[in-house]
Amino acid sequence: MSYEANLRVWRGDAAGGGLQDFTVTVNEGEVVLDILHRLQATQTPDLAVRWNCKAGKCGSCSAEINGRPRLLCLTRMGTFTEDEVITVTPLRAFPVMRDLVTDVSFNYEKAAQIPAFSPRPREADGSHRMQQIDVERPQEFRKCIECFLCQDVCHVVRDHEDNKKSFAGPRFLMRIAELDMHPLDQLDRKDVAQEEHGLGMCNITKCCSEVCPEGIKITDNALIPMKERVVDRKYVPSTWLGRTIGRRKG
Amino acid sequence: MTDLERHDYDVVVIGAGGAGLRAAIEAHEQGARTAVVCKSLLGKAHTVMAEGGIAAAMGNVYKEDGWKVHFRDTMRGGKMLNHWRMAQLHAQEAPDRVRELEDWGALFDRTPDGLISQRDFGGHRFARLAHVGDRTGLELIRTLQQQTVALGIDVYMECTVTKLLTAADGSISGAFGYFRESGRFLALQAPSVVLATGGIGKSYKVTSNSWEYTGDGHSLALAAGATLVNMEFVQFHPTGMVWPPSVRGILVTESVRGDGGVLKNSSGNRFMFDYIPDYFRKETAETEEEADRWYTDKTNNRRPPELLPRDEVARAINSEVKAGRGSPHGGVFLDIASRRDADYIRKRLPSMYHQFKELAEVDITAEAMEVGPTCHYVMGGVEVDPETAAAAVPGLYAAGEVAGGMHGSNRLGGNSLSDLLVFGRRAGTAAAAHAATTSAAALPEAALQEAEAAALAPFQRGGGENPYTIHAELQETMNELVGIIRTESEVSQALKQIEELKVRAKALTVQGERRYNPGWHLALDLPNMLRVSEAIARAALERQESRGGHTRDDFPGPSDEWAKINVICTQDGDGIALSRKPLPVMPPELAEIFEESA
Ligand SMILES: Cc1cc2nc3c(=O)[nH]c(=O)nc-3n(C[C@H](O)[C@H](O)[C@H](O)COP(=O)(O)OP(=O)(O)OC[C@H]3O[C@@H](n4cnc5c(N)ncnc54)[C@H](O)[C@@H]3O)c2cc1C
Ligand code: SF4
Ligand code: SF4
Ligand code: FES
Repeated sequence: MSYEANLRVWRGDAAGGGLQDFTVTVNEGEVVLDILHRLQATQTPDLAVRWNCKAGKCGSCSAEINGRPRLLCLTRMGTFTEDEVITVTPLRAFPVMRDLVTDVSFNYEKAAQIPAFSPRPREADGSHRMQQIDVERPQEFRKCIECFLCQDVCHVVRDHEDNKKSFAGPRFLMRIAELDMHPLDQLDRKDVAQEEHGLGMCNITKCCSEVCPEGIKITDNALIPMKERVVDRKYVPSTWLGRTIGRRKG
Repeated sequence: MTDLERHDYDVVVIGAGGAGLRAAIEAHEQGARTAVVCKSLLGKAHTVMAEGGIAAAMGNVYKEDGWKVHFRDTMRGGKMLNHWRMAQLHAQEAPDRVRELEDWGALFDRTPDGLISQRDFGGHRFARLAHVGDRTGLELIRTLQQQTVALGIDVYMECTVTKLLTAADGSISGAFGYFRESGRFLALQAPSVVLATGGIGKSYKVTSNSWEYTGDGHSLALAAGATLVNMEFVQFHPTGMVWPPSVRGILVTESVRGDGGVLKNSSGNRFMFDYIPDYFRKETAETEEEADRWYTDKTNNRRPPELLPRDEVARAINSEVKAGRGSPHGGVFLDIASRRDADYIRKRLPSMYHQFKELAEVDITAEAMEVGPTCHYVMGGVEVDPETAAAAVPGLYAAGEVAGGMHGSNRLGGNSLSDLLVFGRRAGTAAAAHAATTSAAALPEAALQEAEAAALAPFQRGGGENPYTIHAELQETMNELVGIIRTESEVSQALKQIEELKVRAKALTVQGERRYNPGWHLALDLPNMLRVSEAIARAALERQESRGGHTRDDFPGPSDEWAKINVICTQDGDGIALSRKPLPVMPPELAEIFEESA
């Protein structure tokens, strides 16, 4: 059942690098990450690649396989033919550190810029009451494993380095939407989304949703509703007032 | 040392899982200048993988639940070897620790009246686990991560600590490590260090644990002069994936059983009914009918034997497979498909559904899963004071999986996440208080140089083996000889092999350069794995009884004498020394809880 696969892996660092060809044994049921680990153990002990859970839960092993952003641990070798050359390259939207490892600090910086959760006080008995139906919308976004594949594929991030300053990317626009839909959060997040994190730059191509390994409908369920709320509020005079005085939820 | 980056803090927390982040948040709130160091990116620690939930007797689903019941379940699950005071504090404080997560943004599943919902898990008398589908660990770590970021706590990501630094009087003065990205070195000076480094599973071949679980904290603590308690107790989770081989060991959450899944052997029998130990007979259903009724009426029925504590279930599966009644790939069947409808399964167990679909091409709503035991958790760990999480070395604290005592000989599911929060917070408080009254001694320059030389040594040696080979052999040894069932001759054999591996590890060679070099990282993790494996094997040889996560084929039952003894490990030169210590005795008012229900 084993066979020899042809793997082409990008190796190098910030100064440059290139694709290298390898022939590696593949056994039944293995994923691309297994094959890279076999490379490390037998041919290239210093091949740099991130991983942790090997089960699609931690979002560490993001890379591009045949040009598509994927999790290495969830991409089965069985999805390729045995004679196909499989090309593995680092995420292209972020600077390379070494081999398949990129510098994803952009994402951590954006996360830090989002105004923190600020809840209403607890109820008299010390609890927070929320209905399941109200928590389900933001819960969908909290499934995010921060693999940053959506950030990698979004053309606003990918194609224009300059945009990174003013655009948080789908993952973090979704985080703002999540807080906006959070039953306990009290801040008005529409201005921040629009003016500081570039919600308006998203032109709803849905590429982000397509690559999300968690199947989160980023565009339909987070970004579009958030855009609608921004637009609604702009035209309703009463929320103008509320916004100026209290910055409460509109 | 020109490429040594230096910083100065009050509290340095090593580890950014649930325990580390909770400790850091607390230390920061107590006014301490706090830093967190972690081997992976922030948010990727093991805690992210936890599935089932956080055990806390909030009484949202069953009013009858309370800390005493939780305390009792925890102690009985641990076969009474737990440190009673840790188990008590844990049961008492867990509900508050869960509630405060909501103040920081966590969104748990709800009960019909809007409170935090709670689910059933093995060994817990009542439905008690706060949860979010089957991705509770993700919710926990993301919430703590976001709070850590909101508070502006310094985080050193992808940075591995290789040595704790101590002053002349033996107290903590800081930590030394390297950045994975650059291979450059880092020294953090601090009077308080909190170890929150998690577990040891990477010393075993079949494990649910990630590459991070190399027992660093256990090993760092030993090297700094601290003690480990009861290292022989390693939990083999009964249900890991067994097929295909590349995913062998990946966890299948206990919630599958909590939500109605049952275990069957090759002839379709629910074999767990044949393995109910006397100790749990009174509280376990005798018939399938009673077991099935329990899911909807817990007051009048007893729990299904599939939900016995993990050590019981893991041993039963092991016996079925050995008796030739296993599944095609050497496990048994875990069946929820024939018992619950597809929508329910997808809703309650979304990530299990996903995991089997993606990794094994199995649709768990249509067919049974194949499962078998996998090395999952270490109950043994750094010996700490229950109130403060302080280790034997002044200024050193330990919380979470790296700490010992809380879970006795076997941990109940869901009790780890709550443990992280309860003792993470306590460690943070105590570490900050210690720092407020102590200033860190200057870092010992000689020790820094020594640590740097030790880290670089594998590059300088030529002609040695590669670390991957040695690691694979260690995993094989631990799996085969110090696994779920142990004997004197096998464990002795393991110790001999570990000695040989220690010698080989000292001569290994690393290729390439210092920047993001996984071979080098493994080479530096290996001594930790070897040291911890030796501690486990020595303790396993010492304890001549079977209890919880330690089963000796040559001493099949629990012994009254060993019921009162903790096995303590210390470092002795290049090896491990053992001693015995009496188990702390429970005060009468707590002991009564067990008499009432016996
Ligand atoms: C698949 C799976 C499912 C589980 N499900 C549950 C569940 O439902 N309920 C439950 O209660 N428990 C569960 N557990 C157990 C629980 O998740 C762990 O015991 C717990 O998360 C450990 O948390 P921690 O904070 O102690 O360590 P971790 O979360 O593992 O964090 C350890 C941290 O220490 C860092 N570290 C380690 N060594 C070093 C070093 N040398 N230098 C710097 N940093 C270092 C790591 O990088 C990491 O950040 C599960 C475990 C697994 C594997
Ligand atoms: S939908 Fe918006 S955020 Fe998503 S990829 Fe397209 S432009 Fe980017
Ligand atoms: S939204 Fe999806 S693709 Fe984007 S980071 Fe989260 S899990 Fe990854
Ligand atoms: S290793 Fe965790 S998602 Fe791939």
